[in-house]
Amino acid sequence: MSPILEVKNLRTVFKTESGNVTAVDGVSYHVNEQEIVGVVGESGSGKSVTQLSVMQLIPNPPGRIEGGEAWFEGKNLLEYERNGKEMRAVRGAKISMIFQEPMTSLNPVLTIGQQLMETLQLHKGMSTAQAHKRAIELLAMVGIPAPESRVNDYPHQFSGGMRQRAMIAMGLSCEPRLIIADEPTTALDVTTQAVLLELMRNLVRRLNTSLLLVTHNLGVVARYCDRVYVMYAGRIVEEGPTREIFANPRHPYTVGLLKSMPRLDQPRQHRLLPIEGLPPNLVNLPPHCAFLPRCPYGTELCSTSPAPGLAAVGAQHAAACHLNIEESRT
Amino acid sequence: MSAETAPLLEVRNLKMYFPVTRGIFRRKVADVKAVDDVSFTVRTGETLGLVGESGCGKTSVGRGILRLVEPSAGEVLFEGQDILKLGPTQMRKLRRQMSLMFQDPYASLDPRQNAASVVGEPLVIHGMTHSASEYEDRVAHLLRRVGLDPAMANRVPHEFSGGQRQRIGIARALASDPKLVVCDEPISALDVSIQAQVINLMKELQDGADGLTYVFIAHDLSVVRHISDRVAVMYLGHIVEVTDADRLYENPLHPYTRALLSAVPIPDPVIEASRDIILLEGEVPSPLNPPSGCPFHPRCPMATADCKAISPALDEVEPGHQVACIRV
Repeated sequence: MSPILEVKNLRTVFKTESGNVTAVDGVSYHVNEQEIVGVVGESGSGKSVTQLSVMQLIPNPPGRIEGGEAWFEGKNLLEYERNGKEMRAVRGAKISMIFQEPMTSLNPVLTIGQQLMETLQLHKGMSTAQAHKRAIELLAMVGIPAPESRVNDYPHQFSGGMRQRAMIAMGLSCEPRLIIADEPTTALDVTTQAVLLELMRNLVRRLNTSLLLVTHNLGVVARYCDRVYVMYAGRIVEEGPTREIFANPRHPYTVGLLKSMPRLDQPRQHRLLPIEGLPPNLVNLPPHCAFLPRCPYGTELCSTSPAPGLAAVGAQHAAACHLNIEESRT
Repeated sequence: MSAETAPLLEVRNLKMYFPVTRGIFRRKVADVKAVDDVSFTVRTGETLGLVGESGCGKTSVGRGILRLVEPSAGEVLFEGQDILKLGPTQMRKLRRQMSLMFQDPYASLDPRQNAASVVGEPLVIHGMTHSASEYEDRVAHLLRRVGLDPAMANRVPHEFSGGQRQRIGIARALASDPKLVVCDEPISALDVSIQAQVINLMKELQDGADGLTYVFIAHDLSVVRHISDRVAVMYLGHIVEVTDADRLYENPLHPYTRALLSAVPIPDPVIEASRDIILLEGEVPSPLNPPSGCPFHPRCPMATADCKAISPALDEVEPGHQVACIRV
C-alpha cells in the first residue's frame, strides 16, 4: 500500500484580535490506498482546520497556510493557486468532503438533484440527461427510497439522516480517490449514525476509495478506522494502528480520553476519571508541551524542555511525550 | 436506592399534544402527539434516566413535569400533590423545589449577566436571603460548590469556558435548594474530557447532604447508564421500557432498546471487530401521524400482524422491569 495523500509539516495560522493563533502546528500524516483513517481530538484541537487547509478552503484573511506540503498524485496541492483550475479539479472530484451539518452545507433553494448534477456536469462533463440519470443511481446507492421522485425534492423535504445520505451521494458522485468526512454523523441520532457509517464503510470498500474520518467519538474510531491520529492543541500527539493505540496508548492525553469515557460494556464505576483542567488557549501556547498543565505524569523535564515531537514507540506507533508512561501506569 | 423509598415524583398518563392550526381562524387540523400517555415514578434521591432519539418527546416530558409547557392531560404528583391543579401563586412557591438544568451553556446564559447575578437570581425571586451580605455569602457558597472560584463572580459568560458555563448553570439550578432537578442534556455540548468532570460533579452533589433527585434527559446511552439508577427508554412519545440501569444494559427486552444499545460503538477495536449491530430500517415516523398499534412496528425486526393492531401496554415482565411489547 502506498499513500495517496501525504501531508508534511502543515502549519496554519489565524490572525485574531487577541494575537496569532497557530491552529495547526507542524502536522504530518498520510492516508494509504483503501484505508480508513481516523483523526480524533476535541473542539479547537485543529482536526478540522487541518483538513480544510489541505483542501485550501481556509478563509484568507484571517487564516493563512504558513508552511507544509500536501502530496497527492505526485503533486503538492499547497502549491496550487487557491481558486485556480488545478485546485478546483481536485476539490470535489478527486478529493471530496462530507461535512457535519448537512442542512448548512446544502443549498436550500436548489433541489437535491440539481446539486448532485452540478458536480457531475462540472467534473465529468455529463449532459443534463446523463447527470440526471446518474443522480438517481447515486441516491439509490445510498439508500434513499423512491429516488426517481426524491431527486426533485428540496433539502428541507429530507430528514436529517436523508440529507446526510444525500451529502454522501454527492461526496461519492465523481468516484474520488479520497473522501474526507468531518464529523459526518455528529448531528444525527445513534441509530442513524450506525446505519450511515456502515453504509459509508461498505461504499468505501466497494468503490476502492480511502476515507479520512474526523471525529471526537472514540467508539466510532474503534469500529471503523484502521489507523488513528490523536490531535491536541494543533499538534498530533499520538499516531498508530487503531488496535495498538487502544490497547497500549502512550500519550497521557490519549490515556486520559480513554479513561474518562463511561463504557456500555463495562461494569459501572462510581466515579469517572476525568482529565482535569481546561484545554489550552491557542493564542498563548506555552513553549513546553501543551498538555503539561493537565498531565498527571508531568515532571520537571516536561516544563523545561520544548514541546516534544513524535517519536516511535512501536511499529508504526509514535507518541509526542518526553516520558515513557507505560512504566508509570498501573 | 431501596424500593421502599416514597416516590418524590409520580407522573400518570401524561399527554402533551401540540395543536397544528391552519387558516385565518387558526382552525385546529391535527395534534402533534409529542408525549402520549407516559407514566413513571421517581423516588427520593434516585436518578431516573430518560433516553431516546430526537423527537421522541423526552424534552417535552421534562418541560411538562415543571409545567413550563402545560400538559394536555394526566397528573404530575410531586410529594403526593397534583401540581397540574395548582394555581399560579401556589405553583410559584413550589417551583423553588424543582429546577431545570439546560443543555447548551452557550445559549442558556444571558451574555450580559454576570455569574453572580445568574446564580443569585433564584435567591431574589424566592426571597431566600434577607441582607446583601447573606446574599453574597450564599452566591459564593454556590459557586464554590460547583468548583468555581467566587472571585470570578463578576465575569460575564463569554469569559468562561463551556465546562465552566455549565457549572454556572448547575449552581443556578441548585440556588433555590430544590428537591428535584430536571437535567435536559446537561453535558451534550461539552468536550469529552470535560464531560467526565461535570458528571462527577453532578454525582457528588447528589451524594452530598442535600440528597438531590434527578430526572436526567439525554441521548448518550453510556452516560445515562453511568449516572442513572433506573432508565426509561422513549420512542415516538411513549415509554417502551423501564428498568434498573444495569439490567437494561444486560438484558434489554424491547426490540427498540436492543437496536439503540447495539448502535453505540464501544471504544475497543477488538470488541468492535466481532460485534454485529442491529441496523434499523426506515425513519422515525412523524408524531403528527403515528402508526397504528405499536409505534415501533414499521421498523421492528420482530413485528407481526398483531403489532399493527394492538397498542402494547407497559407491563411488568419481571419485578422492576416494564416493557411495552406484545412479543416479549
